[in-house]
Amino acid sequence: MAYRTAFLRRTALAGLVGLMTLSAAAQEAKQPLPPGSALAGRPENPEAAKLAPISAPPLPTAADKLPTAKLHLPPGFSIEVYASGVGNARSLREGAKGTVFVGSRLLDKVYAITPGDHKVKVIASGLHRPNGVAFHDGTLYIAELSQISKIDNIEDTLDNPAKPTVIYSDLPKDEAHGWKFISIGPDNRLYIPIGQPGNNEPRDPDHAQIRRINLDGSGAEVVAVGVRNTVGFDWSPVSKELYFTDNGRDWMSEDVPEDKLNRLTKVHEDFGVPYCYQGNISDPEFGWGHSCSDYTPPVALMGAHTAALGMRFYTGSMFPAEYKDAIFVARHGSWNRSKKLGGDVVVVKLNKDGSVKSVEPFLTGFIADNNYLGRPVDVQPLKDGSLLVSDDWNGAVYRITYKGKGK
Amino acid sequence: MNRILLSLLAVSALAGTAFAIGPGMAAYAAVPEKAEQCPACHGENGQSQTEEIPSLGGQQPAYTLIQLYLFREKQRISQRMSPVAADLTDDDLRTISDFIGTLPKPQPPADAGDPARMAAAKALVDKEHCNSCHSADFSGRDNIPRIANQREDYLLKTLRDYKSNKRAGYDGTMAEVLGPISDAQIVELAYYLARVR
Repeated sequence: MAYRTAFLRRTALAGLVGLMTLSAAAQEAKQPLPPGSALAGRPENPEAAKLAPISAPPLPTAADKLPTAKLHLPPGFSIEVYASGVGNARSLREGAKGTVFVGSRLLDKVYAITPGDHKVKVIASGLHRPNGVAFHDGTLYIAELSQISKIDNIEDTLDNPAKPTVIYSDLPKDEAHGWKFISIGPDNRLYIPIGQPGNNEPRDPDHAQIRRINLDGSGAEVVAVGVRNTVGFDWSPVSKELYFTDNGRDWMSEDVPEDKLNRLTKVHEDFGVPYCYQGNISDPEFGWGHSCSDYTPPVALMGAHTAALGMRFYTGSMFPAEYKDAIFVARHGSWNRSKKLGGDVVVVKLNKDGSVKSVEPFLTGFIADNNYLGRPVDVQPLKDGSLLVSDDWNGAVYRITYKGKGK
Repeated sequence: MNRILLSLLAVSALAGTAFAIGPGMAAYAAVPEKAEQCPACHGENGQSQTEEIPSLGGQQPAYTLIQLYLFREKQRISQRMSPVAADLTDDDLRTISDFIGTLPKPQPPADAGDPARMAAAKALVDKEHCNSCHSADFSGRDNIPRIANQREDYLLKTLRDYKSNKRAGYDGTMAEVLGPISDAQIVELAYYLARVR
């Protein structure tokens, strides 16, 4: 149904444009967009035709081939391999007893990395895009493409874990932007994003939003709308407000729209997609009749097509004071751009009022000769104050520590 | 179908030696041991002669590796391939995928196709941007497969399986792309890609 609506809208739009310029109408008629496709909206241009979504290989990179020696950090920081052999490592969580849980998107597995020896165990498999993991009161929550499940008492049963029990499945089954980051808020509710089912789609009641549910799956409630595809969020330790990354649309241009960092200040707040991108660009297709001023603008722009994904506030004590309550954001890196951008971890420093003071590079070096040596997906501060970074390209998790300048 | 299965089994029994000494394989001295069984079903010289079994020649190694991995991990289910892939090590996956990429690409059939049908299908291919990710000559790139001169029946089956989500695919892209494409159009896409020159 969404497809038909989109087609009718596009046809109507083509008609309108035709009144003004024949060439524009001819172009529209020549390439009706395949709705839902990552290629929707791709211009007829030989350079654009060279770009295609990039998939990580399924096999993890061997530990001695990981790119840590090529990576850069501010002085005093260092990075090491925390675990290799974690195929397609995506979202990260630390359990109460120090186990690190890792989701995957292209594979069917959820992993546990044991504390101490950093042994990698598959604790669930046969799942469909189990990208999201969350941990609360001894229970691991797993987000597949269209359902949320849990395993109780997981850290005591790593060698023989129970099968995940589904707690919530009232979710669309769209593959496009269907994989999910999840997290449990200070309100003890589980937050679930539902991406827009394609590059640029008309708004409907079931997509492009963030919901929350009670931990037993009841009480589903939409808390944010107009969200294209968020794959990372966390709550400010100061204001308890939800901050979340959101990926902008493809094919508008090389340099816009930029991905966003948003802040939710009230329930059901509208962040503008698909009418408005990056807070100030009216969408050429859906923006007509809407104004960007009607939607909540981002608190920061995160770069064009950079795929700003996982993010966490840093509340640890290992890093210098300037990082206290700052946000680390993993940028997976662009595909819809001739010169790759992102593929790093940036640090977002905030003012006292929660607005953004700066966005600075933190972990860089994953792009060489316009190719990826690795692609960061998520970050997870550990209890000791160090910071984990997942890399789905290599199937690895890295650990960043601070030993101080001059050491 | 039964007849085909029976002949397949017969060929399988001879496969190891047939492949190693097959006339077309002389150029491929270093055939990985575990790849010796491939031609039994997938044909000599990278070109399948078997219904709904794909030609492998010139296939992108990254794509082949992903498919072998998915068969091994039971993320892609096939009665034929799952048992074959079950015991492959990660190194086997790499070696076999690289080797398959060196086999000659499949040749188009003698039947060049009905010109009007080919022209109409080409317009559809252009409109749906198949020639973007799969490259202008449909030779594929990286994890995106070669589809030029693939068997028509295999293309048809694969496109239908992607559209119906019977085959989930690695990253879900094909299910998205095929969303708005009708079965009648899928028939034409398969007709064109099998014969494209």
